[in-house]
Amino acid sequence: MNYAPKSDRYDEVFDPNGHPHRHWERLAKAATRASRAVLSRRALRIRRAVEQDGVTYNIYGDPKGTDRPWEVDLLPFVIGKEEWHFLANAVAQRARLLSEVLADLYGRGRLLSEGLIPPAIIHGHHNYLWPCRGFEPRGGIYLHLYACDLARSPDGRWWVIGDRTQGPSGGGYALQNRLIVTPLYENIFRSLGVQRLANFFRTLQQQLGALAPTDDEAPLVALLTPGPYNETYFEHVFLARYLGYPLVEGSDLTVRDNRVYLKTLQGLKRVHVLLRRLDDEYCDPATLRTDSTLGVAGLISAARAGNVVIANALGSGVIESPALTGFLPAICQALLGEDLALPSVASWWCGEAPALEHAISHLPELVIKPAFPSMKLEPTFGHALDSAGREVLAQRMRATPHAFVAQEWVRLSQAPTWSTEKQQFEPRVVGLRLYATASGDDYEVMPGGLARVAPESATEVITMQRGGSSKDVWVLGDTMVPWQSLLLPRLGARNIVRGGFYSPSRTVENLFWMGRYAERVENVGRLLRSTAQRLTESDPSRLAEVKVLTNLSERARLRELATESTAAAQGRKKAPTTTGAEWLITAVGDPRVINGMAANTARVLYCATQLRDRVSLDHWRTVQRLARAHEPAPQTFEAALTILDTALPACTALAGYAFDDMTRDDAWQFLVMGRQLERMAFLSSITTQVLALPEDDCEIVLGALLEIGNVSITYRARYQRQPELLPLLDLLLLDESNPHSVCYQLAALGGQLEKINTKLGFEPFNDPRSLLEALRRFDLAHLETLPPYQSEPLSALLAACERCAHGLSDELTQRFFVHAGERPQTSFAA
Amino acid sequence: MSQNGARQYRVEHHTVYRYSEPVLLSHQQLHLTPRPLDYQSTQAHEVAVEPTPTLRREIIDAFGNPVTEIAIESAHSNLDIVARTDVHLTAPANFEAGSTPDWQTIREALRYRAAWRPDPTILQATQFLFESSHARVKRDLRTYASDCFAPGRPILEAATALMAKIHGSFKYEVAATGVGTPVMKFYEQKRGVCQDFAHLMISCLRSTGLAARYVSGYLLTRPPPGKPRRIGADASHAWVSLFIPENGWIDLDPTNNVIPSFDHITVAWGRDFSDVTPLRGVINGGGIQTLEVKVTVEPVENAEKESAP
Repeated sequence: MNYAPKSDRYDEVFDPNGHPHRHWERLAKAATRASRAVLSRRALRIRRAVEQDGVTYNIYGDPKGTDRPWEVDLLPFVIGKEEWHFLANAVAQRARLLSEVLADLYGRGRLLSEGLIPPAIIHGHHNYLWPCRGFEPRGGIYLHLYACDLARSPDGRWWVIGDRTQGPSGGGYALQNRLIVTPLYENIFRSLGVQRLANFFRTLQQQLGALAPTDDEAPLVALLTPGPYNETYFEHVFLARYLGYPLVEGSDLTVRDNRVYLKTLQGLKRVHVLLRRLDDEYCDPATLRTDSTLGVAGLISAARAGNVVIANALGSGVIESPALTGFLPAICQALLGEDLALPSVASWWCGEAPALEHAISHLPELVIKPAFPSMKLEPTFGHALDSAGREVLAQRMRATPHAFVAQEWVRLSQAPTWSTEKQQFEPRVVGLRLYATASGDDYEVMPGGLARVAPESATEVITMQRGGSSKDVWVLGDTMVPWQSLLLPRLGARNIVRGGFYSPSRTVENLFWMGRYAERVENVGRLLRSTAQRLTESDPSRLAEVKVLTNLSERARLRELATESTAAAQGRKKAPTTTGAEWLITAVGDPRVINGMAANTARVLYCATQLRDRVSLDHWRTVQRLARAHEPAPQTFEAALTILDTALPACTALAGYAFDDMTRDDAWQFLVMGRQLERMAFLSSITTQVLALPEDDCEIVLGALLEIGNVSITYRARYQRQPELLPLLDLLLLDESNPHSVCYQLAALGGQLEKINTKLGFEPFNDPRSLLEALRRFDLAHLETLPPYQSEPLSALLAACERCAHGLSDELTQRFFVHAGERPQTSFAA
Repeated sequence: MSQNGARQYRVEHHTVYRYSEPVLLSHQQLHLTPRPLDYQSTQAHEVAVEPTPTLRREIIDAFGNPVTEIAIESAHSNLDIVARTDVHLTAPANFEAGSTPDWQTIREALRYRAAWRPDPTILQATQFLFESSHARVKRDLRTYASDCFAPGRPILEAATALMAKIHGSFKYEVAATGVGTPVMKFYEQKRGVCQDFAHLMISCLRSTGLAARYVSGYLLTRPPPGKPRRIGADASHAWVSLFIPENGWIDLDPTNNVIPSFDHITVAWGRDFSDVTPLRGVINGGGIQTLEVKVTVEPVENAEKESAP
């Protein structure tokens, strides 16, 4: 293998003599035999699989957008059988211990009163949740899922460097890595007896199901996520699907009568267990952080009453503090009567005077960490500081010694990792995250895990937030293990699900508004493009037409910022073709224009982001394409026109996805109704305005109206002549076979509402069906006597259609989403 | 007013929220019930809530304060809460400031060290020793307090000096701060209300290594002689309590520069305001909300005294 390990670290594959460790022999041989081309192809296959599954990791503040493709190395991280036996026992013991520690800290308080934990570490911790004191969660279990970060020092020994006790992340990525990497190694994988992961997740399911306070209902477990802006949101979506749990946000839930409910299109559904990925302090704004819009008011009360199980228990974050580590060996003796099997890296809590002095005098050999996450302080490596830097740090430590922890600096182990740039294996620093789930009274450890690989530059800190890669973790066993997975079970005819799952109200609301905004972008885009095309032609006979279109745009709120922007741009040299057209560039590209392309596109993107678990990857990419079409903001008229030419086909594609790419369940109907309502309102409004124009203006704008209504092709096929008012009105308003006509929307909406009424009981006051009858009865012959137009009766009907669209939208909102999406308000009174 | 220096007060704490749009769901936590103390007992007490809550529960919080939890699950446009209490006060134990232990001894008693087996009262005091959401532990504050805390000085003398210093250099000004104003902002702008005075003094004491808690309650504002009592002018009040191992806890009111005796009615204590907010809650809907709070504290004339010759 073309690989040069560094000698100052433990190498996961090769011993110092260059021979592979015993558990690596088989794989090392295979990797050595493979040519560079084969390896490169494997790396490419992995990347394609990641893209296909849409595996991402979001990085806050990443200028390239929030989605970063997940990275998986082509070589796994392998753990031999004996070593695994030791690690699994040690991790299970630690999970048991930490759950006991939590039970003590929120219960008896023996650890504090016997001096086994300094009060500062608990009473000084912002995330010690006082309201959770004195009540025991169901089954007495605090940790349902626990993760442990491990590192290996140069002598080959394992050390714990961190505990994850709130909502440990990465388990889903571990599964995903397995699914991606296994196909590359089918034979080796089976013959090495690599342990499967599915049983672990089945245990977790059983554990949560067994604890559910169901009151004889079928247990409903939901996965509580902070939402799409969280860095591991992909994983929340993936795990929810894998475990068969609905993925919910705080605003999907409500506490009534001290029980937790999921707000759905179909009504309130009791939730018995929440597997949470939301941090402690954000969980209940009624009791904890009042500025949290992510949590559920009343959740702590419901938990205290035993009506909901929260996994992990609220308040479990407090023991993630590295300040605790140094005290664990004694605590383990006191609580379990055992030696701590796996030592933590040597740690000193600086709240004790001798520890502080030791830390300050040994800074170059130590890593200084904050004791509390609220400090927002990165771990600092003493050896990386100059003497002035050390002095500053020492001063800070002396000011609040109890807030600092000193840890021995361990040189982490390395593993060969494929570099796509260099087309060879490079030594990269690696750390191991292992998982345990409660199983009855004990813990079961996932035979696998997540190996996190530091980016090339970093040799000290492994954090996915800063980039870096990962490896599948293989635990070797004795025998070939039969394939089993929760993801791909063989389904019988009785397992077939149609439509079944609850539709959370928030999801439905986002679908509805995604429909409305996507349609609005398209409408606005057509209006702007028709205007722009006529602006580019220097034909003076077009001037009147441009003027009418500009007025229509103004009525569509596309020039609300135009005057300001024009004034600001006056110093700029005007290109000859852009005279009088700055407003159009702004309407396309400036998000501050209220109803402009950029603003509406941003709204589409927002809704789609909230719906990541419902839209297909291609659908999502089309939304992104639409959004990217607006970047950078156009400076010239040509650039604006290019944006329109890119955006409009993307809009059409979105319409295609809406109708042909999504399952037609109850929730989907709201997406479609959103589109239909919006289209009906737009067509009614613009036609009314055209009808109100003086005769000459009306005549010249008919060609543009055909384009804006997207009916040019049909019109030409039918009439093969210049646009005239009557056939155009028939096509645009009355022809029910034209999916872009007003009557078509009325008929379609009527049909949707009937279905909804049958299923959910809903009879809106704003009924499109009566308007449809009125329009059907309308005789275009009223308009034949020209001039003057006898358009008032028609205009009145169209105005009624527009009102109906807005009224119906409000009624749907009130009935189906009114609780969802509203930000809870908080209040204090003195 | 009464024999043996005892006092009887009637307190009415009236809170009204008005919402421009209906509130569909409301969760509220009320710290409106005075906690029982050696020198304070409640004769009669009720908390009336309008509209009638869907759910109502009385619990004791982690700091021993009575809390009323309510949930209103039907649409409402007003929330009207009246707490009425008849409370009986005797004088709290009096300390001779000069004979209290020196402050450094107490700081050491509160400090963790190897093989520490803390006395339960000491352990409990450590709940109020560190930073909390409204109280900061900072070098600047320790420095600010340091001239009051000369080495070896009896703790109550030092704390009284600190109280006087704060009272002298900060100005009481209604509306200068809000409920969310950070204590360091008050420290800079030097103007604020009782809550800010209390948070600053607590922060200074904790920065010095001492345990201090936030007390929420009521204060009787004495009318000028011969003038009628100003109904509704009294407000809910806040002050500080300092831990002194041998003596227990002693209250200090930096807003008025006094050690409370008969005029302070304790409702609840915690690490800071956020633990004992009289009303805190989350609502769905509501639009624009307006809030009105009225507190009335009246002495109740003792019946025995009236009938006395």
